[in-house]
Amino acid sequence: MSTKRNFIDLQRHLKDRTRGAFSAAHTLLPYWHRVTHQWQLESAAEMIHSLFLINHTGDIFLEKHWKSVISRGVCDYFLEVKEKAVEPENVPPVLQTPHHYLISIYRDKLFFLSVIQTEVPPLFVIEFLHRVADTFQDYFGECSESIIKDNVVTVYELLEEMLDNGFPLATESNILKEMIKPPTILRSVVNTLTVLLFFPGSSNVGDKLPTGQLSNIPWRRAAVKYTNNEAYFDVIEEIDAILDKSGMTVFAEIQGVIEACTRLSGMPDLTLSFMNPRLLDDVSFHPCVRFKRWESERVLSFIPPDGNFTLMTYHVSSQNLVAIPVYVKQNISFFETGSCGRLDITIGPKQTMGKMVEGLMVTVHMPKAVLSVNLTASQGNYTYDLATKVLVWDIGKLNPQKPPNLRGTLSVQSGAPRPEENPALDIKLKIQQLAISGLKVNRLDMYGEKYKPFKGVKYMTKAGKFQVRT
Amino acid sequence: MQEWANHLCENRQFGSKMTDSKYFTTTKKGEIFELKAELNSDKKEKKKEAVKKVIASMTVGKDVSALFPDVVNCMQTDNLELKKLVYLYLMNYAKSQPDMAIMAVNTFVKDCEDPNPLIRALAVRTMGCIRVDKITEYLCEPLRKCLKDEDPYVRKTAAVCVAKLHDINAQLVEDQGFLDTLKDLISDSNPMVVANAVAALSEIAESHPNSNLMDLNPQTINKLLTALNECTEWGQIFILDCLANYTPRDDRESQSICERVTPRLSHANSAVVLSAVKVLMKFMEMLPKDLDYYGTLLKKLAPPLVTLLSAEPELQYVALRNINLIVQRRPEILKHEMKVFFVKYNDPIYVKLEKLDIMIRLASQANIAQVLAELKEYATEVDVDFVRKAVRAIGRCAIKVEQSAERCVSTLLDLIQTKVNYVVQEAIVVIKDIFRKYPNKYESVIATLCENLDSLDEPEARAAMIWIVGEYAERIDNADELLESFLEGFHDESTQVQLQLLTAIVKLFLKKPTETQELVQQVLSLATQDSDNPDLRDRGYIYWRLLSTDPVAAKEVVLAEKPLISEETDLIEPTLLEELICHIGTLASVYHKPPSAFVEGSRGVQHKRLPGSAGSGESESPDAGSAGGVSEAPPAVIPSQGDLLGDLLNLDLTPPTATGPPPPSSGMQMGAMDLLGGGLDSLMGDESEPPHIPPRTHTPQSPQLPHQSPSPPDYSPTELGGDLGGSPAMGSGFGGPPAAMPASFSAPVSGGLDDLFDLGGGVGMPMGAYSPPKTIWLPAMKAKGLEILGTFARRAGVIQMEMTLTNKAMSVMSDFAIQFNRNSFGLAPAGPLQVLTPLSPNQSIEVALPLNTVGPIMKMEPLNNLQVAVKNNIDVFYFSCQYPISMLFVEDGTMDRQVFLATWKDIPNDNEAQFQIKDCHLNSDAASNKLQGSNIFTIAKRTVEGQDMLYQSIKLTNGIWVLAELKVQAGNPNFMVSLKCRAPEVSQCVFQSYEAVLKN
Repeated sequence: MSTKRNFIDLQRHLKDRTRGAFSAAHTLLPYWHRVTHQWQLESAAEMIHSLFLINHTGDIFLEKHWKSVISRGVCDYFLEVKEKAVEPENVPPVLQTPHHYLISIYRDKLFFLSVIQTEVPPLFVIEFLHRVADTFQDYFGECSESIIKDNVVTVYELLEEMLDNGFPLATESNILKEMIKPPTILRSVVNTLTVLLFFPGSSNVGDKLPTGQLSNIPWRRAAVKYTNNEAYFDVIEEIDAILDKSGMTVFAEIQGVIEACTRLSGMPDLTLSFMNPRLLDDVSFHPCVRFKRWESERVLSFIPPDGNFTLMTYHVSSQNLVAIPVYVKQNISFFETGSCGRLDITIGPKQTMGKMVEGLMVTVHMPKAVLSVNLTASQGNYTYDLATKVLVWDIGKLNPQKPPNLRGTLSVQSGAPRPEENPALDIKLKIQQLAISGLKVNRLDMYGEKYKPFKGVKYMTKAGKFQVRT
Repeated sequence: MQEWANHLCENRQFGSKMTDSKYFTTTKKGEIFELKAELNSDKKEKKKEAVKKVIASMTVGKDVSALFPDVVNCMQTDNLELKKLVYLYLMNYAKSQPDMAIMAVNTFVKDCEDPNPLIRALAVRTMGCIRVDKITEYLCEPLRKCLKDEDPYVRKTAAVCVAKLHDINAQLVEDQGFLDTLKDLISDSNPMVVANAVAALSEIAESHPNSNLMDLNPQTINKLLTALNECTEWGQIFILDCLANYTPRDDRESQSICERVTPRLSHANSAVVLSAVKVLMKFMEMLPKDLDYYGTLLKKLAPPLVTLLSAEPELQYVALRNINLIVQRRPEILKHEMKVFFVKYNDPIYVKLEKLDIMIRLASQANIAQVLAELKEYATEVDVDFVRKAVRAIGRCAIKVEQSAERCVSTLLDLIQTKVNYVVQEAIVVIKDIFRKYPNKYESVIATLCENLDSLDEPEARAAMIWIVGEYAERIDNADELLESFLEGFHDESTQVQLQLLTAIVKLFLKKPTETQELVQQVLSLATQDSDNPDLRDRGYIYWRLLSTDPVAAKEVVLAEKPLISEETDLIEPTLLEELICHIGTLASVYHKPPSAFVEGSRGVQHKRLPGSAGSGESESPDAGSAGGVSEAPPAVIPSQGDLLGDLLNLDLTPPTATGPPPPSSGMQMGAMDLLGGGLDSLMGDESEPPHIPPRTHTPQSPQLPHQSPSPPDYSPTELGGDLGGSPAMGSGFGGPPAAMPASFSAPVSGGLDDLFDLGGGVGMPMGAYSPPKTIWLPAMKAKGLEILGTFARRAGVIQMEMTLTNKAMSVMSDFAIQFNRNSFGLAPAGPLQVLTPLSPNQSIEVALPLNTVGPIMKMEPLNNLQVAVKNNIDVFYFSCQYPISMLFVEDGTMDRQVFLATWKDIPNDNEAQFQIKDCHLNSDAASNKLQGSNIFTIAKRTVEGQDMLYQSIKLTNGIWVLAELKVQAGNPNFMVSLKCRAPEVSQCVFQSYEAVLKN
């Protein structure tokens, strides 16, 4: 406890000191200098200078500097903006301070904030920060303040391995795991055996150069050996859609991803083909995919990384017809007089291709003035959070015979003006064994190795940003 | 097996109870002491645990530098993890403990020889991160070896290390030849090494823009393109960014590069995609538009850009900022993709605002219905900023797509009916613009607007409403009452509203003179007497003056036809846009600011020699240009305007106010009465009186953007000032026929104005010495839209630099200032650059800058070269020009004949230079006269065998004498000049002046 307090005091002290320093520098700058040089950064150095991890309440709980130490006072600019933004999601990702740029991402209720001193592609930094978060997720099973603190030394080693002088060094999970052992592996008996083979002793740092690091297939480590060879592919599609009041589609598109898990010995060379590849409007591939083959034959040809990876993402845009699996009939209205309103929502199946719609959930961000709700759900449960004004109706499976309905009254703060804004409905749903775009995997072939692997393909459709306006 | 199992159990126990969070729990007083003991423990495990604790403290920002020697002691170990941890620590603290860091050097050097490439690489990498001068010396040898290491992993690490070392000690890197080694690595067989070499070279090049490090030629480009296919995603970004700096020789090369880059559009890493887009957008410029491939490429660009929008919001934001540039440059790419920019209610606000911007840019007749429906939807959202922008967007749609104007207006009226305060205010602001764009079409809605008068509390909305009332005063029955109600709290209003109110009431007065006399007097006296704001005061005086001298003219000016407002607003000016397109994906593209504004190094280095401001005397600091010198430039350009005008007007109009604070004097009141009386007569009398002021003789076609000037329709003080100060056309219109002015005012007024013109212009001064025609010194392309044409002249013994500044950008330019670099003759501005008013888009201004020759001296090549820096509110621009040396010829350049003879003999013959002037059809007298005009004085003439010999003398500002002998033979158009001077290097320039003077 006292530790924490000391720590906070120190932090505050540092903050105050640096804030003073900054403002002093400001007043000293001559007029012209301030006008023309405000935008300028100190001459070239590395790309990402420092990284700060900040939790959603604004505590800085980890810092890593790749060169000189930058005082954490630099984060004050960020924290000020964060304070103003109210919602942490609304903090702009690129901020400018007199001497630095701050580029940040917000993930899993944490801010990854990088300090930049040179002209550098912001997407480069943002992609890298997401990669850092992905790596934490991959190593520790989750990406949270407590787990990062629990593994702070590994985190530090990882960061050092991922970036050298601002240049990304090793960001592939396969390679990183050869250099730094994930701590969670200790807890898994099966993996520990492998680990012990690789890392004798209790060191969690590999002492050999990762084999993939320099080959032409840096994503794969050499000498992979499995007794059971398997390759699984999950085709997951998310529907992003905006429906208007009357249920008409304003905009709809499908974001698809093929997640793969390959546990194959040796150097397998895979070819995956689709029944209907022309469906896809845009594709992005894992570096392992040979682009030329795709361009000429529309097949995915690749030597896969070992383990889990994203093989490709694709996009089926609104230009094509996107099937909308459910219809939503809704009416949310507030009476001109009196302090109440009505809510009536019904959801039924539309284009489900004969599959079951599951995990159905409706979220409504009510206007601030709505004090409480008195509703009846024909199926499932609803909750209304008085503080955040969020109504959540958890329906579960959609019964095609009896479309679920939620209706009742909303009580509005008396005397408050009639709410102006119309709350949008956010729909979540899942459909197993269906890729709503109609995309189908035709076949998977393996070359280069003799054994016969076990192969599997799974399809799933989910609602992404699926919104109904009222 | 049994052993393993045991080990496993141990490990599992270990794993479950030992998380790193334990390292945070021991922060007691004696912590450092305890750690010290543990670090010096004999047990390896204990040591390692201790180092981990130290690292943990470091991560939370605690100072554990006191443990430096103890940690460094742990460095010599064969345990790689421990070694890495120690290295981590070293990198953090070496700087603060340089002497201690030396202790580590030996281990580093030894590790660089280790058989394990991982350790070699680790050592060279860590050494580079230790920014201690003493260490860098020891680093060179190991680095040299590592750059040539057999293992590519070591080579690629070493490549980055060169960049690190360069940052610490650039000279050392150059001396050691590391840059050449780095360049060689571009041809390395391993793509990862190539990528890192490119990255390192780009980084070094960025800090030394002149170093010509990245010598891009077709061969290296080919190597880069090969490596591009094989290296990591990050390496691809470096290579693509490097490719973007290359200029292909022809369209075929351009196409072949594009073909090899397009596969990158399908990369999973969005930074790779955007860098590829940059290369393609840039190289596409070189492709002929009718080429099939051009169309194919356009089609290929859209899908990846759309896909970027389904990424994480942070990535979306950067993508959107760049798409904003792309749709301005090539709207055809995304014209069918409007829907992907539709806003989702849970998009972060920064994404929403960007999407909205792009929707407007893509709005066209084809999709306007959809766009409007969306915008109306957004206008009922929760977020105030977003709603405001949506309402504004509706107005922009109306202006952009004429067919939609009616729908937009009715949508806006619907929104006004909601009575949501900020919605109403935004709507009124945009309706004002719609009125301007489509005059006499939608004025029927004015009544609805007037209903909301009371709810307006924001200056912009109030100003807009006041403008509407003033502009349509004749249609609004109670316009005077409405305006009067605003007048009550005049001094509490913002300047914007005050100015607008002043203008609106003057308009009202001109339209309904009988009923509004009192009102206009009231506002004029409020503006001129009780206000501290020079803009307001000036505008008040100008109206006053106009109304008093010539009300008909006033009508012409105040109620002049307004220029149309442009369809597209917020467009980035083309030159900047082109620059930004070349920098897609960078910070510059996110901020839409020129990249030169970001990297101090590039400018500082390039223009190192720019001297400090002329007034501050010699500035020896080589960096003065970027720091001190620049900052000293007088920002006093603007204030002089107000004072000048104010004083001028005070002088002849209101004697009481000339001294001290204006009392509510009766004199003033009388003046006002008098003036209005006179004004009224002529206003109501014959309208066909002759004095005619041509409304806006220049900048006519420039559509004035509504957002640029807070007071859209009328002569803002800015514009008036600009006209007075600079334009001869306006001058003649104004002061031209003084006879037309009422007698009581005409003399002082025209006199005053003339003075003003002389000060600012100097255009019409009698021509003395020869002055070459103006040439373009600074093209608009290079200066973000500022174009400077200029020449030099010597007028009445004063050297002048005469320039025409033209604003070819989309935004107003102001705060002009000028500086010279040291030059051969010490030329320096004798005063500040007199650009009294901001320069509106498409406006030009003539400026004459008097020069003196007492500035710092440095010999230039060529001798008459002058390097100039011009600054405005946008940036600092540099150019160089050459002045005719004849403007340095002084008036007392007549040498006594005897002295001439003696001097001629005295100067050695080596110093004599002979030139021929061809095709000059003048006789010797005419030539002599002409030359005399430029202060080349003929002191003797001799005729020998039909040949006239003119002996001439010239004196330069710095006291150098030049003696000349000019041979002119009747009938022969070729003259011979012999020049003798003690400083023979000037001869060439002098000869050029002879030629120029004689031939013009």
